[in-house]
Amino acid sequence: MTGEQVVPLKHHWTWVASAAAVCVAGIVLYSVSTNQAFQWPVVARYMLDSEILAGLARTLELTVAAMAIGLVLGTVLALMRLSSNLLLSTLSWLYIWFFRSVPVLVQLIFWYNFGALYPAITLRAPFGSVLYHASMNAVITPLTAALAGLGLAQAAYTAEVIRAGIQSVPLGQTRAAKALGMLPGTIFFRIVFPQAMRVIIPPVGNEVISMVKNTSLVSVIALAELLYTAQLIYARTYQTIPLLIVASLWYLIVVSFLSVGQHFLERHYRQRT
Amino acid sequence: MTAPMVRISGLTKSYGGRPVLRGIDLDVAAGSVMCIIGPSGSGKSTLLSCINHLERFDSGRIWVGGELVGYREAHGRLYELPERPVARTRQRIGMVFQQFNLFPHMTALQNIIEAPIRVKRISPAQARQAAMQLLDRVGLAAKHAMYPMQLSGGEQQRVAIARALAMEPQLMLFDEPTSALDPELVGDVLDVMLGLARSGMTMIVVTHELAFAREVGDELVFMDDGLIVERGNPRSVLSEPREQRTRDFLSRVL
Repeated sequence: MTGEQVVPLKHHWTWVASAAAVCVAGIVLYSVSTNQAFQWPVVARYMLDSEILAGLARTLELTVAAMAIGLVLGTVLALMRLSSNLLLSTLSWLYIWFFRSVPVLVQLIFWYNFGALYPAITLRAPFGSVLYHASMNAVITPLTAALAGLGLAQAAYTAEVIRAGIQSVPLGQTRAAKALGMLPGTIFFRIVFPQAMRVIIPPVGNEVISMVKNTSLVSVIALAELLYTAQLIYARTYQTIPLLIVASLWYLIVVSFLSVGQHFLERHYRQRT
Repeated sequence: MTAPMVRISGLTKSYGGRPVLRGIDLDVAAGSVMCIIGPSGSGKSTLLSCINHLERFDSGRIWVGGELVGYREAHGRLYELPERPVARTRQRIGMVFQQFNLFPHMTALQNIIEAPIRVKRISPAQARQAAMQLLDRVGLAAKHAMYPMQLSGGEQQRVAIARALAMEPQLMLFDEPTSALDPELVGDVLDVMLGLARSGMTMIVVTHELAFAREVGDELVFMDDGLIVERGNPRSVLSEPREQRTRDFLSRVL
């Protein structure tokens, strides 16, 4: 029976649903572009405003610095967690438990008000002279409070990712490296860590993307990153909605670029496995 | 008679109360090949791992090249050594594993030169040259740029042998080197080991390859339940075993 054709099943409801979705999207687009309250000309004027760009730069700086703190401290915490020493692994567990349980927003406000707990900081040689003395308010600026709040919390999350990565490397790798006469430091940095990276990189990429957005929390402690800069401007000009749109557009742009990068990173680390 | 390359005396070890090695005494002469056979769980792989201190033991002594492995003896007591001197001892002892354990993020060549560069501080150019000679010796010079995943099991194991030889060891330990291989790939690996034995390397081989043990081994040890049951010339142990347990084991595997 050659020449007979198979008639595919018709998905009528898919077409109905698609048409409805297109209608809704059209209505939203029409409304957004015609509603004068969006003030698109104001959005356009502020997109490349120097204050906004400075805020954007601060947001990116915070992202990089907080992630750096998170990665370094997270690696130390992961190694402590994996240590055979019960005290070290318990301390690491307590740290991770605490910093993952308290909301980052609360931590940020806490660090900002740290001076209320310890008004001054003094470093003293044992039984000797004072090496360093400063008031806590001079040490805890909005920037240091932001880095502490974001970085210390990030370390707790990153520690778990790094621990999972290290544990994914088979024990035979360490045995083979030891049998060749390598020392523990060489084994970690040359053999175990590069292999753990394959497991660590994709989730850390996601964490970077989250961090870009989490930096907006810092606006509550008056650090002029992207959101707080927009807030400062609309406090003067009362153009609240257009300036929030400016901030949102910049977050969209940055996160889109990072997502593309993330895609290539994941593809790179999937190879050779 | 010269001092043995490896001397093991009164070695015992247990895992959580269960004895794995129950008093092993063994000498391996320099330049000889000793094969160890026995049922799984007899302690033969654990014994091998004790020789380069990948595993600790409970009592006894192991000397390699006249030097105590893993411990320092003073006032009639053993003190465990820190990582650095233990690592120095391991440099002189090559080891080949059942699962190859090549570093998957490095090419064949990089696998071989890593330890000479990082541990022995040999210049990269010199290490590469020596590594290419070793790859040539195991018949894989053409595949030096391949990653382990791109190589067959037999090729991976031959790279692993070259990697161990790159440290210029006095002693080579083989832990069931052909057990994870497809049957048609076993021959190439055994050929490399045969060549190594002929070059005068001292070798301890835990294996199920009785033909290899008969042809290449200078001595055969049969282990069961953490003890050496029988040892002697491979041909006589395999053809006229003295002990009932050896006979039982051989009748099951032959």
